[in-house]
Amino acid sequence: MDADERRELAAFLHSYRGRPLRLMEVCGTHTSALRRTGVRQLLPENVAMLSGPGCPVCVTPTAYIDRLVRYALTPGCRVLSFGDMLAVPGSEMSLAGARARGGSVGFFYAPEQALEIAGREPGTRFILAAVGFETTAPVWAAVAEEILSSGLRNVKLLTALKTMPAAMDSLCASGRIDGFLCPGHVAVVTGSEAFRPLAEKWRRPMVVGGFTGGLLLAALCRLVREASAGNGGLWNEYPQFVRPEGNPRAKEAVARAFEPGPACWRGLGTLADSGLYLRGAYAALDAGSRGLDDDRAPEGCRCGNVLRGELEPRRCPLFGGACAPEHPVGACMVSQEGACRIAYLESGDCR
Amino acid sequence: MKIELRHGAGGADTSGLIDRVFAKHFSNDVLNRMEDAAVLPRPEGRLALTTDSFVVRPLEFAGGDIGRLSVCGTVNDLCCMGARPRYLTAGFILEEGLESETLGRVVTSMAKTAEEAGVTIVAGDTKVIEGAGGLLINTAGVGTIPEGRDVSAANLRPGDRLILSGTLGEHHAVILSARMGLETSLRSDCAPLTKMAEALFAAGVHVHAMRDVTRGGLATVACELAKASGCSILLREAALPVSEGVRALCGILGLDPLTMGNEGKLFLAVPGAEAERALAAVRSAPYGENAALVGSVAEGSGVVLETAVGGRRVLSPLRGEGLPRIC
Repeated sequence: MDADERRELAAFLHSYRGRPLRLMEVCGTHTSALRRTGVRQLLPENVAMLSGPGCPVCVTPTAYIDRLVRYALTPGCRVLSFGDMLAVPGSEMSLAGARARGGSVGFFYAPEQALEIAGREPGTRFILAAVGFETTAPVWAAVAEEILSSGLRNVKLLTALKTMPAAMDSLCASGRIDGFLCPGHVAVVTGSEAFRPLAEKWRRPMVVGGFTGGLLLAALCRLVREASAGNGGLWNEYPQFVRPEGNPRAKEAVARAFEPGPACWRGLGTLADSGLYLRGAYAALDAGSRGLDDDRAPEGCRCGNVLRGELEPRRCPLFGGACAPEHPVGACMVSQEGACRIAYLESGDCR
Repeated sequence: MKIELRHGAGGADTSGLIDRVFAKHFSNDVLNRMEDAAVLPRPEGRLALTTDSFVVRPLEFAGGDIGRLSVCGTVNDLCCMGARPRYLTAGFILEEGLESETLGRVVTSMAKTAEEAGVTIVAGDTKVIEGAGGLLINTAGVGTIPEGRDVSAANLRPGDRLILSGTLGEHHAVILSARMGLETSLRSDCAPLTKMAEALFAAGVHVHAMRDVTRGGLATVACELAKASGCSILLREAALPVSEGVRALCGILGLDPLTMGNEGKLFLAVPGAEAERALAAVRSAPYGENAALVGSVAEGSGVVLETAVGGRRVLSPLRGEGLPRIC
């Protein structure tokens, strides 16, 4: 896409004066890319782009954090996690808090690194915080495979793996969203067709989009056009990487290692078949991931409303005061891809 | 040979190490006297004094090593105040188990970089501690500020133009890929910027503010300058030089070139009327060939990036660590 095409798309979007639209992105990387590229600021006043439950850290219920904290504080046990998870508040403390109290917590850049660490310390029990969506699930499937085949006996996974269509279904049922920017990375794995049943059931436009400024503009223009015309359906505006059928090898790996089950989402509650759990021979690696349904958000925390698109981050009473990146109350202020943290950074350093 | 605790005990083993490694490579009239302190002639004008410690792992990386870094970091901080770097001190903390060949390479590299930067290493110290073969270096630097130079983070003025001396993020990208075991063709941009800074003053440019873009990246530096000066900064994304390699790594890891560190890039503010002259001076200096005019200063506060698609994005300083994303 050349600069002229981008300008044209930007101009269309910026000058849209049709009926007010409430659109939602459900991918943290989209939330962050909309800010990074400045596309969010190009939207006219009558198009609200809401940030849905697209950040895996943000939708993790407190029960999951609490279980990790308990492992971290157990002698002989070490929790390894993505760095993003460390500051997420549990019902009593975060993993960072557990570490300050003598708990054993480390972090990794890529899950494969965790196995190297575990291999070097056979006397320690390692619990890997396996958090993510469809994008990360194939990686965790490969990790589980590797643990079994290498005979590592000191590693287990505490999984919080979730699948997006169930959450989108629940948001469609609220009737408040006019269309979705579908997650591009998820669609690389699942295929764009994974979103067709939703588009048909709820007669809403579902547009798969990429992450550069140009691709975001193309996807949003499509979404605004179709939503304003009241058209339901599926459009793939990221065909460079997303095929209708997705990535069969990744899907097979996930199906081999995991089976669907109910999962608790912060803000959305427990949704049937929206989680992935280790199955069959892999189930022996599970560190107790099922039934972590308790979600006791800290007092005053409204991450749930934010994740459902009912509350703009800035309108949360805690935003920027009690809850800020240096001292987050809710998960949405912790993660690099959290809507509140992004909105906070957006306001600059001059508050 | 591996370094042992005895090499730091102050006796014959310490002198042996000093003779074989430090005295050999850093040889100069002041240091060679081997007194308890360097004795130096009184310089003209104002002095700039700074210190920095270097703890980077790995010790050697594509495009540099901890020795080159320890000279560049301190020298560049002096340059950013408009000072001509004169003298460095170097304190070494060696962990036992360090290969003396590695130490030799690092010290050779320091000596070479000091020569390039035009500074003399006039004092030093060595300690050995228990550990696992690591090496930590502290350098302090003294520079002299010639009459007529007034460079400060608080000196931005509305109407100033902003220059970035080259591509963003190389050093950060190299260190991160080395730690993650990723193979790339990237090289650290770690370099002394003495000649670049002097080229600006030689061209008669009245540099208002100058910072080297290190940890925290351009976003952090720009926010610091805007805040210290009580001005606003507008940067143009389309004008920011970023190499394909860094862009690709950022895409994979979810990093932002604007918050990644360099070790050989200047960001400076000059009066609007002198911008083209300043740009030509930076471009003609070593390490400045990719320099670009990247933005301007106005009344107000904060830092805004005009994005490639014409949107606006408010920039904030880096918070926490620049961790790769989770999904």
